Amino acid sequence: MTELKRTSLFAEHQKLGAKLIDFGGWEMPVQYVGVIEEHKTVRSKAGLFDVSHMGEIEIKGEDSLPFLQYLLTNDVSHIADNQIQYSLMCYPEGGVVDDVLIYRFHPEHFLLVVNASNTDKDFAWLESQAQSYKVQLKNRSQDYAQMALQGPLAQQILQKLTSMDLTQVKYYWFEEGEVASVPCLLSRTGYTGEDGFEVYCSPEQASYLWQKILETGREEGVMPIGLGARDTLRFEARLPLYGNEIGPDITPLEAGLGNFVKFTKGDFLGRDALLKQKEKGVPRKLVGLEMIERGIARSHYPLQKEGKEIGFVTSGSYAPTLNKNIALGLIAAEYAQLGETLEVMIRGKAVKAQIVPSQFYKRPK
Amino acid sequence: MNPVELKYSKTHEWVKAEGNLVTMGITDHAQSSLGDIVFVELPDIDTTIKAGTAFGTVESVKAVSDIISPVNGKVMEYNQEVLDSPELLNQDPYGEGWLVKVEVEDLTVLEDLLSAAEYEAFLAEEGE
Repeated sequence: MTELKRTSLFAEHQKLGAKLIDFGGWEMPVQYVGVIEEHKTVRSKAGLFDVSHMGEIEIKGEDSLPFLQYLLTNDVSHIADNQIQYSLMCYPEGGVVDDVLIYRFHPEHFLLVVNASNTDKDFAWLESQAQSYKVQLKNRSQDYAQMALQGPLAQQILQKLTSMDLTQVKYYWFEEGEVASVPCLLSRTGYTGEDGFEVYCSPEQASYLWQKILETGREEGVMPIGLGARDTLRFEARLPLYGNEIGPDITPLEAGLGNFVKFTKGDFLGRDALLKQKEKGVPRKLVGLEMIERGIARSHYPLQKEGKEIGFVTSGSYAPTLNKNIALGLIAAEYAQLGETLEVMIRGKAVKAQIVPSQFYKRPK
Repeated sequence: MNPVELKYSKTHEWVKAEGNLVTMGITDHAQSSLGDIVFVELPDIDTTIKAGTAFGTVESVKAVSDIISPVNGKVMEYNQEVLDSPELLNQDPYGEGWLVKVEVEDLTVLEDLLSAAEYEAFLAEEGE
């Protein structure tokens, strides 16, 4: 039996009495006090997440930019030093290897941040595609601990711990400096739909930094947040989860992520297949669903239209901020009209849902 | 901690018999294990429930759980409050979080259920 991996913050989770689960081979906190309370705290105050299990791959060398342009669907030439971009990485057939954040230090030095469950696969994929490029690839995941402070109070709390002017760190930009005297990379990014920061530091200093942030934010009501709330938060904000909305059998176009696919930038892995799909008409579409009858739609539940199977639920849950049962579903494109009703098969029973705009939650300006 | 006047099942339900009318719910341990409860499904009035089979479901944010009936009987009443406010199950599983009231003919099955002390010992054994 293989043992579960633990981040450098594991002892902190134990101290806080977290309920621990197996998350893709990692022993991680799913909740500390309760998913709903944690979720609401992030939306109204701020919450601290351990995301150290995510992967970091370093790309260096003179061909870094052309290599990344070939590897990723988005146009990497659009970002400057210290800027970050969201992108997909596709197979030649158009399915998704992973969704990633690419951090540019300078034209010959980038950092790719990837999903925890895909780190090894992604590294192997990069290596297999880098053959004709002058690049050095390094899996740096074990060198980084990562935590995310997310919520409307995130900036004011973090500002107390750093002399970096956080008002100057704009959305999807990063800086290197010190937080609580710990050398960090700090980016204004996140996976909750709220304002916030992701902080990368050495694993040895992670516990200290975690404690300092919680201590500093205690009066304002900052809480540690588990993976349960992380999922409900990202889902309400329509942020895709690899394995649900995207995967080897779902293209970025089907998942409604066409904005991150730049056909005019030149060739990239999956370009031909995706262009063909775009020209023929994307066969399936990701839609937002709201339950009209009592029930909760969950991942993989079949979707039907008048008894005919038309797709499946990618993610679904009770949404704490909206106080509704909602879902995202991948369905045959011809049924994807706003306002249409369809049936979710919940343990053999057909329960009605309606197609609604999928941007369920957008944070107030 | 678990009320002494109730009887308990190994699948974490509790029962209270008042004559032939048996009230049922889930235990404090069950609601705590499930986490925040967001949805409950209960049977209609006049439904026949069979001992050892599921008569409803309780859903937390992450999971769906069957509620198993310890008795045979006919549903006389179900708790609409819990359907409208599932969090009652977390807040007051033995009081306002009751689930159904069932008319039971053969009450002898209750003797096979656990007392509060026996239930607590069972939980300790299971390492919970």
